[in-house]
Amino acid sequence: MTILVDDLAPPRRFSLLTAIRRNPTIAFGGLLLAALIVMAILAPLIATSDPFKIAPVNRLRPPSERWWFGTDQFGRDVFSRTVYGARVSLIVGLSVAAFSSLLGLALGLACGYFRRIDGLVMRVMDGLMAIPSILLAIALITLTRPGLGIVIVAIVIPEVPRVVRVVRAVVLSIRAQPYIESAIAGGTKNAKLLLRHVLPNTLAPLIVQSTYVCASAMLIEAGLSFLGAGVPPEVPSWGNIIAQGRTFFQIAPWTILIPGTFLAITVLAVNLLGDGLRDRLDPRLARRL
Amino acid sequence: MTAYIARRLFAVLPVMAVVALFVFFLLRFAPGDPAAIIAGDDATAESIAAVRAKLGLDRPVVEQFAVWLWGLLHGDMGVSIFSNLPVTRLIAQRLEPTLALTLSTLFVSVGLAVPIGVLAAWKARKLVDRLVMGFAVLGFAMPVFVLAYILIYFFAVQWQLLPVQGYQPIGEGLWPFVQSLILPSVALGVTYMALIARITRASMLEVLQQDYIRTANAKGLATDRVLLLHALKNAAVPIVTVIGIGIALLISGVVITETVFNIPGLGRLTVDAVLKRDYPIVQGLILVFAAAKVLVNLLIDISYAFLDPRIRY
Repeated sequence: MTILVDDLAPPRRFSLLTAIRRNPTIAFGGLLLAALIVMAILAPLIATSDPFKIAPVNRLRPPSERWWFGTDQFGRDVFSRTVYGARVSLIVGLSVAAFSSLLGLALGLACGYFRRIDGLVMRVMDGLMAIPSILLAIALITLTRPGLGIVIVAIVIPEVPRVVRVVRAVVLSIRAQPYIESAIAGGTKNAKLLLRHVLPNTLAPLIVQSTYVCASAMLIEAGLSFLGAGVPPEVPSWGNIIAQGRTFFQIAPWTILIPGTFLAITVLAVNLLGDGLRDRLDPRLARRL
Repeated sequence: MTAYIARRLFAVLPVMAVVALFVFFLLRFAPGDPAAIIAGDDATAESIAAVRAKLGLDRPVVEQFAVWLWGLLHGDMGVSIFSNLPVTRLIAQRLEPTLALTLSTLFVSVGLAVPIGVLAAWKARKLVDRLVMGFAVLGFAMPVFVLAYILIYFFAVQWQLLPVQGYQPIGEGLWPFVQSLILPSVALGVTYMALIARITRASMLEVLQQDYIRTANAKGLATDRVLLLHALKNAAVPIVTVIGIGIALLISGVVITETVFNIPGLGRLTVDAVLKRDYPIVQGLILVFAAAKVLVNLLIDISYAFLDPRIRY
């Protein structure tokens, strides 16, 4: 049992370089994700032409030197649209991860620590989890006007319960530790107890969970756009590009396969980062998976 | 055993109550004026009022809730805003293709993923294991619709082995029915398989380290008996759990898969209803899908008691 040795070893400072050397998955996923983020930020510089410019003369051109990824049925440059599409996916993925982590952390801490509200909140979370995420998002979107903000809100709501459950489980196990009991006996205030002793223990699993939330959010966003229930159709998101390529898929498969590959690679990068971080930060969970 | 099953059954009620309350209050507390959004951008004041009256939004909330709940308990989910047909009838009409698709995906995925996971655990850290894990990582990142189009491109467009899209009811012959389901089931099932294979491997690895496995090997039992009878049986609980968790993936995936393959099932109904903003249909579908998920998880909870007699909550 190598884990035992790890447990007994004196606490080391967390060093990014050591972590990368020991765990190439983190490095690979992280670098891939960083490259995609740079691409999204520098989209205006990287794009070879205006992603919105319609040129019917050049419609459905296959990939070539002039149009690296070909053109769509309106003659728009698929390469430029794909580069800009990274923005939507990453904004949605990262903001959903951030908002659901914060909300989930607050609710999870509250549920795990203040037992009186636990029953009620967890029943609500169970109910929300019974609704498949994409349907929950669809229901919200049916009732509002399309936009990036509402897509983010619509994905945060089904993702929050998944974070709450992780945080709550950690808080419950920490609460049972003798040092918490002694802190309570020593008269430590609730707020300090939560922030000083409970919160730090939840961070590692929270970070790992938030990477999975990010990946899932990007998949849901693309799915929603693909179904026509996501960001407005004029926004070049990967889901929208794919949805608009459907009619001409048989003669112009590049309009679907290329943005699709980018989506898959981005999700893969985030998942690899998550798997690597899980192995590094949460060895107990890593052993189980 | 009976008490355990009864308790599990009883636990379903609050979950479904939350789902029902959620869809009810979502319409009532949505930001802006849902009636105006449902009626469309160029709606007149009269048509907005008509939608509002049809949804019952012009009455007091308590009365709305009582009427709605009473209807729901009698199997009445209201009528579609556009076609005026009862939502229950619309759902019943579209049930067959979706059931066929999900069940075929479920059986094929579980049937393939569990043996693959067992194999990977048995050959841990060998080539087979690496391939399986690679497949699991890739499969988990692959969006359903992207995979679907890749499959269509090769199997239907390039090699013309299978139909591009469409659905053949089982009543019109078994082979066309099966043919129309192959690509959708694979596209829908890959993520699910990746999930199950990964958990099967992890759960088997843990069991294979146990002393009783060493004993079984030491007394000369055949490998297949050790793997299947001794190890898989003890590794079953997490696997079955994940099969249940994955049902949510299947349901979300059905909506997308049916759109790609033009299958006239509940998923297609959902998308059509969303595009027309036909909220009563969306609401009915959420209730049905959530109930399906809760029911599967109930069956799985009950199966624990059979798989592992130690479990008694």
